[in-house]
Amino acid sequence: MSTTTAAPRAAKKGGFTAAAANYLEDRTSMSAAVREFGRKIFPDHWSFLLGEVALYSFIVILLSGTFLTFFFQASQASVIYDGSFVPLKGVEMSSAMSSTLNISFDIRGGLLMRQVHHWAALLFVASIGLHMLRIYFTGAFRKPRELNWVIGFVLFILAMAEGFTGYSLPDDLLSGNGLRIIDGLIKGIPLVGTWISFLLFGGEFPGTAIVGRLYTLHILLLPALVLAMIALHLLFVVVHKHTQYAGPGRTQENVIGYPVLPVYAAKAGGFFFIVFGVVVLMASFFTINPIWNYGPYDPSPVSAGTQPDWYIGFADGALRLIPPGWEFVWLNHTWSFNILTPLIVIGVFIVLVMFYPFIESWITGDRREHHILDRPRNAPTRTAIGAAGVTFYAGLWAAASSDLIATHFMLTIEGVIHAIQAIVVLGPFVAFFIAKRVCLALQKKDRSIALHGYESGRIVRLPGGEYIEVHERLDEYERWRLVSFESYQPLMLRPNSRGKITVGQRVRAGISRWFFEDRIAPVTMRELEEGHGHH
Amino acid sequence: MRAKTHTPGRTVRKTGRRHPLATIALIAIGLGLTGGAYAAFNTSTASAEPAAASQQSVDQGKKIFMSNCATCHGLSASGTANGPSLIGVGAAAVDFQVGTGRMPMAMNGPQAQQKPVQFTGSDISALADYVASLAPGPGIPNASLLDTTQGNAANGGELFRTNCAMCHNVAGAGGALTEGKFAPALSGVSAQHIYEAMVTGPQNMPVFNDSNISPSGKRDIITYLKYIEKNPSPGGFALGDLGPVAEGLFLWIFGLGSIVALTVWITAKSN
Ligand code: HEC
Ligand code: HEC
Repeated sequence: MSTTTAAPRAAKKGGFTAAAANYLEDRTSMSAAVREFGRKIFPDHWSFLLGEVALYSFIVILLSGTFLTFFFQASQASVIYDGSFVPLKGVEMSSAMSSTLNISFDIRGGLLMRQVHHWAALLFVASIGLHMLRIYFTGAFRKPRELNWVIGFVLFILAMAEGFTGYSLPDDLLSGNGLRIIDGLIKGIPLVGTWISFLLFGGEFPGTAIVGRLYTLHILLLPALVLAMIALHLLFVVVHKHTQYAGPGRTQENVIGYPVLPVYAAKAGGFFFIVFGVVVLMASFFTINPIWNYGPYDPSPVSAGTQPDWYIGFADGALRLIPPGWEFVWLNHTWSFNILTPLIVIGVFIVLVMFYPFIESWITGDRREHHILDRPRNAPTRTAIGAAGVTFYAGLWAAASSDLIATHFMLTIEGVIHAIQAIVVLGPFVAFFIAKRVCLALQKKDRSIALHGYESGRIVRLPGGEYIEVHERLDEYERWRLVSFESYQPLMLRPNSRGKITVGQRVRAGISRWFFEDRIAPVTMRELEEGHGHH
Repeated sequence: MRAKTHTPGRTVRKTGRRHPLATIALIAIGLGLTGGAYAAFNTSTASAEPAAASQQSVDQGKKIFMSNCATCHGLSASGTANGPSLIGVGAAAVDFQVGTGRMPMAMNGPQAQQKPVQFTGSDISALADYVASLAPGPGIPNASLLDTTQGNAANGGELFRTNCAMCHNVAGAGGALTEGKFAPALSGVSAQHIYEAMVTGPQNMPVFNDSNISPSGKRDIITYLKYIEKNPSPGGFALGDLGPVAEGLFLWIFGLGSIVALTVWITAKSN
């Protein structure tokens, strides 16, 4: 473990590395920190690498983005394009658009860098999303990690903000239409909407200020916030130690895996290059955001198939799903419930997801620390809530491509919208029910396997003439995986110190009952021993 | 044909100055003007009709029409319950509809679908001559209007984005309309058919007459469409030119998919 810290002895031998290490140690006393960090253990499971994918794509974004800032001009001053892309030659556009075209066509490696930046951005948000799903479904957000869940979720939102501000910078037709929708959203807020819009755009949309402002947010404020949040997030990971899946020898007190130095660091370094490589491959072979097709922004044209990048899709979809006629005049004001409803629904959704760890611990009354992950099936109600949330989000997301679904599957766009409306409203309930039943069924299966072993398919006839199928027993290690989970009971209604049962307690007990009423208890020692008796 | 950007949140107040009747009056005046202008434009396009075709070709066309088209369009091409009147639609409409395989129409769907072309070139021009002989209408464009070497792709791109992209998508990849109708993708459509589509406005597509988009503007549009058709995307595979949806799907399925596969591989190796 003393890879970098054996300095005093080695220095006598005079190696350069040793001397350098000694030099550093004398001036920073960092050996203790390196030793401490180097000894951190990280367990090995593929799903634990998803967060790393996000981190590495962010590094790729930083690198490629820095390149782009050398050439991008965040100005809406009007110029006549005179670069090498023929179908836009002589067209009037903003210098933001023209400099982006120059990056694409006239600067060596520019198009590759643009595409690396954009693909990496899509990957960044996607991997955060997948990482969050992993955390959610394994219950890794439970105490002591609730705050880190919130930080991670803030990172997800910041990543979307980064993406949206970046998407709008080239000032092309597609992103301009996206901004126009945002402008409409803002103006739909009663009373203050128009003021906010004018403040944001520096006057009537589109104005000449917005690209410059988004640029400042995109390269200064948001990345600083993302970096700070990442630092905090990782600090918490180190402080809390990593979670692990249940397994032989794994307890709430230990972590089994590889030390950071040298194994894990080497692996992580290699993995960075793998992620970088995949992004560069995508960027070299697949076009992304062909602004040369979209042309410069002009408020009059709108293209068919105008969509935001995938991570904003759910919001676009929510707008598309609102039936006509939800806007009316009342008290001399226009009330745009076609806009307010999606804003409110999405707002509530975001708050629920962000504070889910606190909500769940309030329901379960569980105040203990958890370092062993749940298998999703062993927390049926949580898994079912997750499935409902995923269905809801996926419905909104799909709605953003309703027009493409219609043309590609030869359907009517109205039919597609109605189907998705049904999915968004009813789908979560169906998903909840199915997911919960599947979890309970899987638990039952686990239970019977733990008690009776696998069905081996071998039929034996007993001397008495009875036929039985021989069950193959599990070995101890495998069984451990199946039986080591906790079972909760619904909270009991107990009078408080003044001998009263408050309404709050009743509600809580009610939700808790709903949460835990269907459950499969884990196999107990007794049952196991009895199980041995049979066959 | 400028697309209006709808502002969802724009407030419309009903004050005294904006009396509902004022709107109706305005609309009436507007409609009157447009109607008048439309008639004027229509005759101006019609006057661009090339010299009359030979009587023989017209007769030949009439024969083909009687046996293939009259069931829907009527014996005198004046329309039936099954098909509109063809009087005044011009040779361009026939050449487009029959030349792209849309006519004779096969089934009653939301819109006439393209099928393999049913007639030979000379039959199509005979049909066109016949329909053109019934009343003046837009004619088949002459070759100089289709010559992309004389067109300006940049201007064409501008015109295309303003007039066509809302239905056909900026890259001409097609798009959805209401009730199952759609604007088709435009790659692979011949220059002549593009021109004819603009002057005749098939089905749900509006007519773009010469005062709307001048003949040279139309040539520019064709030049632009042919340019993007011939020059593959500089950024690599274009993923169908479908924009962010295709990109997002690709990223989730192939990008993140391959990365997840790699994470499984990395962690599996170590055991
Ligand atoms: C099964 C019925 C049917 C048959 C057969 C048919 N058509 Fe049509 N045709 C239609 C309908 C319906 C439309 C209107 C399509 C629309 O606008 O949606 C139409 C439209 C047209 C138009 C466009 C009219 C305009 O306003 O631009 C032309 C030209 C035309 N048909 C020519 C022909 C010719 C030539 C034939 C014979 C080869 C033919 N059609 C056979 C049903 C038919
Ligand atoms: C309101 C929507 C709309 C607009 C605007 C529009 N089109 Fe169309 N276009 C259509 C529809 C719908 C069809 C399919 C008609 C059919 O199938 O008969 C079509 C068909 C076409 C076709 C024939 C495609 C083929 O596969 O044969 C061409 C070419 C075409 N349009 C070009 C244009 C051009 C160029 C413009 C702009 C000047 C334009 N369109 C504007 C809706 C539109």
